[in-house]
Amino acid sequence: MPIDIPKDKWPGSVRTVTIGATAAEGGTRTRTVTIGGQTTMPYLQYEAPTPHKPVIAIEIKSRKPDDWSLLLAEVWGESMNDPARWAKKAEEAGADLIVLALTLEDKPDDAVRAVKSVLGATGLPLVVWGPGQAEKDNELLVAVSEATQGEQLLLGICEDKNYRTIVATAMANGHLVQARTPMDVNLSKQLNILVSDMGMPKDRIIMDPTTGALGYGIEYGYSVMERLRLAALQGDAMTQSPMMVTPGFEAWKTKEAKVGEGVPESWGDWKARAINWETLTAITLIESGADVVVLRHPESVRRVREAIGELVMA
Amino acid sequence: MALSGIQIYKLLPQTNCKECGFPTCLAFAMKLGAKQVELGSCPYVTEESKKQLAESAAPPIRLITLKANGTEVKVGNEVCMFRHEKTFYNKPGLFLRVKASDPDIAKKVATADVYKVNYVGMDFTLDGFAIEADGDASTSSAQALVAAVKAVREVTKRPLILIGKDAALLDSALGLLAGERTLIYAADSSNFEVLADTARKHEAALVVSADSLDALADLTQKVQVKGVEDMVLDLGGKNMGEWLTRATQARRLALKSNFKPLGYPTIFFAAQNGAEKEAVYAAQAISKYAGFVVLDTFAPEMIYPLLVLRENIYTDPQKPIQVQPGLYEINSPNPESPVLVTTNFSITYFSVANEVESSGLPAWLVVTDAEGMSVLTAWAAGKFDAERIAKAIKGFDVASKVSRKRIVLPGHVAVLSGELEEELSDWEIRVGPREAVDLPAFMKQALN
Ligand code: B12
Ligand code: SF4
Repeated sequence: MPIDIPKDKWPGSVRTVTIGATAAEGGTRTRTVTIGGQTTMPYLQYEAPTPHKPVIAIEIKSRKPDDWSLLLAEVWGESMNDPARWAKKAEEAGADLIVLALTLEDKPDDAVRAVKSVLGATGLPLVVWGPGQAEKDNELLVAVSEATQGEQLLLGICEDKNYRTIVATAMANGHLVQARTPMDVNLSKQLNILVSDMGMPKDRIIMDPTTGALGYGIEYGYSVMERLRLAALQGDAMTQSPMMVTPGFEAWKTKEAKVGEGVPESWGDWKARAINWETLTAITLIESGADVVVLRHPESVRRVREAIGELVMA
Repeated sequence: MALSGIQIYKLLPQTNCKECGFPTCLAFAMKLGAKQVELGSCPYVTEESKKQLAESAAPPIRLITLKANGTEVKVGNEVCMFRHEKTFYNKPGLFLRVKASDPDIAKKVATADVYKVNYVGMDFTLDGFAIEADGDASTSSAQALVAAVKAVREVTKRPLILIGKDAALLDSALGLLAGERTLIYAADSSNFEVLADTARKHEAALVVSADSLDALADLTQKVQVKGVEDMVLDLGGKNMGEWLTRATQARRLALKSNFKPLGYPTIFFAAQNGAEKEAVYAAQAISKYAGFVVLDTFAPEMIYPLLVLRENIYTDPQKPIQVQPGLYEINSPNPESPVLVTTNFSITYFSVANEVESSGLPAWLVVTDAEGMSVLTAWAAGKFDAERIAKAIKGFDVASKVSRKRIVLPGHVAVLSGELEEELSDWEIRVGPREAVDLPAFMKQALN
């Protein structure tokens, strides 16, 4: 006797969002990235097809970071001194889009130059992050936003303390924003409301609910994302943005990934462990609904990409 | 699904004879519904009613316990699809598969058996081993399996899974494991009758395997008729998408439709598509409902993150893991040693304590009651401020332990130093590094 498989039928769906614009659309990208559109919990394709796969962004910086793990310095090598070369390498490593993180040392001119050079080096859509200090974020991102009108960049990271200026400039110049809140369903909704109340079209907002790394709070991020996705499917418009998280940043902060010496023997081989840390953090978050994961190591990118391919069979 | 008092009443004799100690059958039924009395108090319930009541009381996903001499692993008994709805209760058992024909089997198992890793004060290990017989049913395979079980039993006390399709072959091996509860892998439509007999004879649990949920449900019912109750489902699935689909469907059927034929935990082989994908497959199985996860590779750099993931996913979302607030002594501190301040979130406490401990430097560690939150979370929530820190320092009478009154704050809350100086005017307040990794260097260079 065939079993009657229970299927959820949801009233709501995730909003479809496109990052990047081609020449025909007013930008210079050779490819764009579209995410969202789901009408089921992650990858339950027996209920409905998954319209868009989750995508992988690789994080690069405008200046060579001095606090990144040696394992990352080793794999990216000399390219870390030049964002254009680094972006090119990231594209070769399989990135769907590039995250360019600006630094506190950058002046607006430097930031614009770095962004332009990356746009010139790769046809992938681009995310640009400020250095994470409200005033500096505003100063750099406004300059970048104006200099790249029409590219549909994703600008971040908007938090409750700095969203106004970033949203305003993104609106004026045809970009998108990444709205981050600290692992709380209501805070995500609230920031989404604040950003859309400024007049930002909802299909130009991506939610970043924040995550912790494996072993450092991932379970909170995991459950908040599941709850946000459930709320979206139930029809709550303010939770229907696609979700973006930063497992690379979180995982490479941990001692497990960062440090090779003076750690317990039971942690095993450093490099394999570090890559597992990043990969498993990312996969777990993809299972709970992430649409964009930002990674750092090419090997993690390869493995996560393979997993995505298996989860979303055409 | 549990029955209501009224539903239970319908299954009782309805004669109001009072022998149960209650004035009416209805009164007894209500108490039964509230689980305040035992059904046994009524001498007149029919066998049929007993069966129905027992079934309704059974958990939607059966609890399966594997046991060996001393250790056991329990899986199943889950109640929700998403951990925030309640919690995930019984962590999936992580088993390492070894081949009976492997000449190094004892060494491999011995190494993996003693593997132990500490995560925030808890020691984690693997749960057991899966011994795989050679493919055929020859006498030499049977002998090899028996030899392997003997060799493995000499080096581990953990529960076992025996993998083999032939009943005779399994029978002799199971004979060596009397008094244990082993899991047999696997019964399918061709061999379930004999394997069910074998499982019953040896009181083993049995994996049932089929390539669709329909066929699987069919088979579990047939096995149950043969008298085996403890079953585990092998859902098949060629890739991550299929596993996710089937695991979700089986769990939903059990939990939402109370569909008994699939109300069992599941088993998943993480290396089925190669060692390359093993970690990722196992990770998905851990977050998506597996009862047993079988690994082929013993690699600490993979096992450690999987054990941590399992702990994280199965942590009760209502209760962050905490340590007791108090004054902790690290490396036998003396009155000159510095006083470090942190919160009582387990991950935070152990990040700091482990760093200081392994540096060999003595220190006093004041763990404040921050309701189990990390430094920045607690600070943002108002649970880790100058007032609370001062209260802890006074409450734990830290001043009586030290001659040099010197407090080190976590670098992330440097902003608190001014206020804390006001609260504790006779103490020197220092701001430490942001990350615990940098504490030993800071203690050596900046504190002297
Ligand atoms: C997990 C998490 C949570 C969990 C709580 C987990 C818990 N039990 O604490 C939840 C989801 C509940 C949560 C809630 C909130 N959170 Co929160 N959360 C996080 C997250 C992702 C990780 C925190 C963590 O576990 N870190 C790991 C531990 C080990 O770090 P730690 O305690 O800081 O310890 C390290 C160092 O401080 C140092 N250290 C510790 N002690 C000592 C002592 C000395 C002497 C020294 C030298 C060093 C040292 O060593 C450790 C390792 O290096 C962070 C963001 C992030 N990725 O870091 C946000 C974060 C901490 N949260 C934040 C906020 C705002 C909140 C909320 C207020 C939001 C809200 N309104 O809901 C609430 C507050 C709680 C409440 N009201 O219920 C903000 C804080 C912002 C700020 N700077 O003020 C953060 C930074 C996120 C962000 N970027 O906005 N959060
Ligand atoms: S003993 Fe049984 S039959 Fe008699 S009153 Fe109690 S429930 Fe009813």
